[in-house]
Order: sequence, then C-alpha cells, then structure tokens
Amino acid sequence: MFSGFDFDVISRALPYMGQGMLFTLGLTLLSMLGGIILGTLLALMRLSHLKLLNVPAGGYVNLLRSTPLILVIFWFYFLVPIAIKKISGDAYAEGLGPFHSALIAFTMFEAAYYCEIMRAGIQSVPRGQVDAAYALGLTYGQSMLKVILPQAFRNMVPILLTQGIILFQDTSLVYVVGLTDFMGAASKVAQRDGRLVEMYLFAALVYFVLCFSASHLVKRLQLRYNVGR
Amino acid sequence: MIEIKNISKWYGAFRVLTDCTTKIEKGEVVVVCGPSGSGKSTLIKCVNGLEPFQQGDIIVDGVSVAAQDTNLPRLRSRIGMVFQNFELFPHMSVTDNINLGQIKVLGRSREAAAEKSLQLLERVGLKEQAAKYPGQLSGGQQQRVAIARALAMDPIAMLFDEPTSALDPEMINEVLDVMVKLAQEGMTMMVVTHEMGFARKVAHRVVFMDEGRIVEDAKKEDFFGSPRSDRAQQFLSKILHH
Repeated sequence: MFSGFDFDVISRALPYMGQGMLFTLGLTLLSMLGGIILGTLLALMRLSHLKLLNVPAGGYVNLLRSTPLILVIFWFYFLVPIAIKKISGDAYAEGLGPFHSALIAFTMFEAAYYCEIMRAGIQSVPRGQVDAAYALGLTYGQSMLKVILPQAFRNMVPILLTQGIILFQDTSLVYVVGLTDFMGAASKVAQRDGRLVEMYLFAALVYFVLCFSASHLVKRLQLRYNVGR
Repeated sequence: MIEIKNISKWYGAFRVLTDCTTKIEKGEVVVVCGPSGSGKSTLIKCVNGLEPFQQGDIIVDGVSVAAQDTNLPRLRSRIGMVFQNFELFPHMSVTDNINLGQIKVLGRSREAAAEKSLQLLERVGLKEQAAKYPGQLSGGQQQRVAIARALAMDPIAMLFDEPTSALDPEMINEVLDVMVKLAQEGMTMMVVTHEMGFARKVAHRVVFMDEGRIVEDAKKEDFFGSPRSDRAQQFLSKILHH
C-alpha cells in the first residue's frame, strides 16, 4: 500500500527535525513562563479597584484576545522596528530579530489568556482567606504572594497546562517570520525532497503523540486535585 | 482599649450599621449577640479595618482605624482575629500557618517562630498535629489552630467572629474551653457568639444588636437578669429555650 512512499526520508531528516523540536519546546516554555508572570500581573491589575490599573489591563486583554495571533507576530516583527526607527530617529536602528520579536509576541499574546485564567483562579480563593491574611497584619503584596496566589495557581494548574498545549501548537506560526521550528523543519525537508505526504504525516503524528499525552497528564492531575479537596 | 464611636456603614443604599457606640476596656470580655443579619459580624470586622465604614471612628489602643495615615497592617497585627470558617491557609502545614505572621510581620527568625508555634499548639492541645495540613484536622482542631495562629502575634486583644457556628456540636466545647481559659488569663476579648453559656461564664458585658443598632449594652448580670429591650427578651427566650 505504501509502495510509492519513502519513509526513510524521516530518519535521514531526524537530526534537523530534532533541532526544530528543541526550538519549539524552548519557545513554548519561555513564552509560557513570561505569559504566566505577565498574565498574573495583569490579573491583579484587572481585579484592582483603581480605574488607573483595571481599565488599561482590561483594554489590553480585550484587544489581544480579539486579534489573530499571526497578526501580533507580524506586528512585532515588522512594525516595532519601524516604530523604533521613528522614535529614535536613527534610520539604521536594528530590529529585535525574528526570535526575540516572536518570543515577545507570544508572551504578550498568551499573557492576555493567562490573565483571564489567573483572574478566575484568584477569585476561586474564598474572600475569608484574604481577610485572614490581612488580619495577621500581612500587606497586600505579602497576602497575594504567600496566601492567595499559591492557592489560585494550584486551582488553575490544569487549565494553565491546557493553555500551554495550545501554545505549543500555535508556535508553528513562527514560519511567517522565517524561523524554523519543528513544523517549519518538517515543511522544508518535505519540499526539498518532494516527500510531502511522509513528512506531514510524521509531523502530525509527533504533534498528536505529544499533545495527547500531555492532555492525558493534565486530566490525571485534575483528578488528583479534585480528590484532594 | 477598643473604643467604637458612632459607627455607621452602608452597602450602597442599604444601611448595615447605625450609630454603634461601645467600649471594651483592657482585660474585659464583651460578648456581642443578636439575630442573624443584625450586623454583629460586620461590626467586629470594622474593629480591625477589614470592613470599611463611612461614619464614626474606632480607636484601638490610641490608634484610629479610620484615619488615612494609619498603618492598617501594623494595627491588625496587634489584634488577633478568629473567623467562623477558621480560614487556615490550606496549602501550609499547621506549623507554617502559625509561623507565617510571626516571620513576615513580626520579623522573628524561623527557629523562634517555630518554637513559639509549638508552645501555642501545646497550649491548645494539638502538639501532635504540628506537621499536618488543615484539611487533615477536624473543625474543632482547625479552630484551635486558628486561635493559636492569632495568639502567636502576641495580640493586645482578640476578636472572635462566631467561632463555633460552623462546628459540629461535639466540637464546640473544645473550642470554648480554650476561649474560657484565655478569658480567665485576662485577655481582652470581643466575641460575636450565640453561646450564652460562654457569656454567662466569662463575659463582663453583653452587647445585643438588632437591625444594625446596638439596642442593649449591659453588664452580664443585668443582661441575663432583666433584659431591658423587648427584642432582646424575645431573642433570649428563643435561644435559651433548649
């Protein structure tokens, strides 16, 4: 049935694909980390009673969530260098380069989603916990860091990881700024060797296995947390 | 020690507290009672500024709660508070619960805090539970840990917001015993509770609230002897019936 196919192309391309996978994983983990930190700050801003904080944060989240990711990636790659040149007045000012601009784009885009997740997480912690922390004399910052955020984070681990899995798949969009992630590597080999079916089948299989086992892990985590409660 | 002066509080257009005034002297135990929704929990939470109020002021050991320049965290650290639902931090062990304020607010070393925590756990009879997590303890045990956590800050006064209301009947006494001991040792206490047995035993004064007002503020002997307001009489006959 597969007589016309050449699956050896996969094993020959493995080292190259491996590099692509490392890039994908690196970009995913870094944007996840940055996205969660920035998202948590945004969530705290959105929950603040101060208009000066919650209005800008709300605007940011709504803007980013209403924008296609690919547009955000383009924006940071093409428009930010232009903005830098305009602002600095230096026509030869350097851009950020594709990797850093993609990393910033992903971090800022994901932050909007992580913000909403962390906001729900913070609100899932009973009000009495805040009172108890304040009653001990802890400041707002101490209460958040020691009492509220650890609980919010723990309640949200499954959803944070699920968002991470989506991000892992979305990183394949970096081909638009000429970066070679796992998907990009598969694509290049496929076109160079004229083996589209084999390479794309293989890429799909790898994405499926990784994402499926990760979401399975999330499900098991979720069960364990529910039992613990 | 705690002076509540003409406190009024609104939730939007709804007035929860109307012109509440009372005073708690050093070493005094004051029980606040009244039907649910009468504003007693709200009033006690005003004392350490957990609930803001729009009118009046509360003076705690010479410090105004309402003043803009008051360092609220510092003021709160000097008053212990025990909540209806315990509110232990579920992600920390019993010892860490009691250590947290000592380390972060009082600046004690981890060793000094742990030593104090163990001492207090012994006092409330829970030394063996030190390493457990709150979820592994019974309600009564959790509430005793919560009392230990408040005492670890060496408070000048203690606030109790319905400390036994969420407990199964058989656990109420173990908590009340700790509170009685505390009262007998001379701790200044403001206690929102329906436990009239506790009030009879250790209270100096009883404050009765209804619809956001303090309708009765009397010495214990007077309160249980001849309640002056009809509303208090009704309330007492309802809860003392059984």
